[in-house]
Amino acid sequence: MAQSPAARIAVNGVTYEFDGDVRRSLLDFLRRDLGLTGTKKGCDHGQCGACTVMVNGRRINSCLSLAVMHDGDEVTTIEGLGAADNLSALQKAFVSHDGFQCGYCTPGQICSAAAMMEEIREGWPSFASEDVAGRVHLDDEEIRERMSGNLCRCGAYANILTAIKEVMESGAKP
Amino acid sequence: MKAFDYARATDLSDAIGASGCLIAGGTNLLDLMKLEVETPSALVDITRIGLNEIVPEGDGLRIGALVTNAACAADPAVRRGWPLLSRAILAGASPQLRNKATTAGNLCQRTRCSYFMDNRSACNKRQPGSGCAAIGGINRNHAILGTSDACIATYPGDMAVALAALGAQVEIEGPGGTRHIPVADFHRLPGEDPSRDNVLEVGEVITAVLLPAPVEARQIYRKVRDRASYAFALVSVAAVLRMQDGAIAQAKLAFGGVAHKPWIDPRVDSLLVGETPSKALFDKAADLLLEGAEGQGGNDFKIPLARRTLAAVLAEATAE
Repeated sequence: MAQSPAARIAVNGVTYEFDGDVRRSLLDFLRRDLGLTGTKKGCDHGQCGACTVMVNGRRINSCLSLAVMHDGDEVTTIEGLGAADNLSALQKAFVSHDGFQCGYCTPGQICSAAAMMEEIREGWPSFASEDVAGRVHLDDEEIRERMSGNLCRCGAYANILTAIKEVMESGAKP
Repeated sequence: MKAFDYARATDLSDAIGASGCLIAGGTNLLDLMKLEVETPSALVDITRIGLNEIVPEGDGLRIGALVTNAACAADPAVRRGWPLLSRAILAGASPQLRNKATTAGNLCQRTRCSYFMDNRSACNKRQPGSGCAAIGGINRNHAILGTSDACIATYPGDMAVALAALGAQVEIEGPGGTRHIPVADFHRLPGEDPSRDNVLEVGEVITAVLLPAPVEARQIYRKVRDRASYAFALVSVAAVLRMQDGAIAQAKLAFGGVAHKPWIDPRVDSLLVGETPSKALFDKAADLLLEGAEGQGGNDFKIPLARRTLAAVLAEATAE
């Protein structure tokens, strides 16, 4: 058993040493320690999805995870997906389809959608799938169900759906 | 959140008999720690001790305690042989949470009773002897079966309801050795001591869930909730049912959202077997299931809801 170990965490390709308060969430580590404020704190209780990031390629709620538990992990945040002068395909689609109003949930929506596309590529079923053992037949219901962990209080869901579909149908890198 | 000591377990022996609270996915525990409903003085991180594979065992499957809910639901063998389990897992939480939450952690998740999650309220589960604010309070989500004067909370999960209907076992390692108990017997009724959700003893660790051989049967999970997605069950029904020559040859039912544990009633299963499906039969099954049901005011609707959900599931499971 290792008592009070530190953690080495790779974020968007850069490795950082975490040796702070063990209570610090991954979300607070990203925002406060690293200044990566793209990831948002909404409810801080795993209900809204604004804090969604990818850890080793899988989407999680960074608010419900301790930074110290991420030793050896590779974290990707919205800053790792695209930049203002080099938007990712999902970012461009959200802009062109008005996939937001206030924008607070958007980084979480985009990280979540990017990870969702990988889950679909791997054939993961969802509760909306008619046959969980069968192939995924992608339709609007599937995308809505798979994005249900990301709330948008402005209610931009219809345009979020359109933006995600456009990127999925184009086959572009998210 | 209260301060705690953090240690990282390197193998299972660090976890068995550990003096701290075990943490894996943390999606429920950290939420409760933020609310200071849970205030462990030490956390033992068990995410690096293995137990994260799904492997065949006999004709069944061994699902490691630390397999994530997402990985379990997406596993090809689970989807082929035990689609009920995939379906139930996918009915719960969100994709983000299922990517973190583990098999054992899901079994051990705590009630979402709002009084349990509020330190200012009376709650015999959180603070034994303080009373139950849900009795006579806002109890729309609460139990209708197996309640006590001390607690009317529900077990909130979906996965365990499916596992109970599938006849799965929990494998538990403790300082004294290994034991196996049916998932249906893992959670407790509240009785006089609602502080204990399940039968795990201090120092014990869940190491796996064991699925028996798949049965050639219809497997259905129907969940009724306030939203179409990402909400806890008001009532859910898991059914494993096989028809032969127009009659019900085998039936195993489990119910979620109605009790302090996944609710099974072998009398209901027995009543159905050998019978030809009919509305009258489904009514009799519901009468038997709900004969001891008791509403608390806000959740009175769950009694007719459970009746109708059961009828709908039986109609679907027995349809030609």
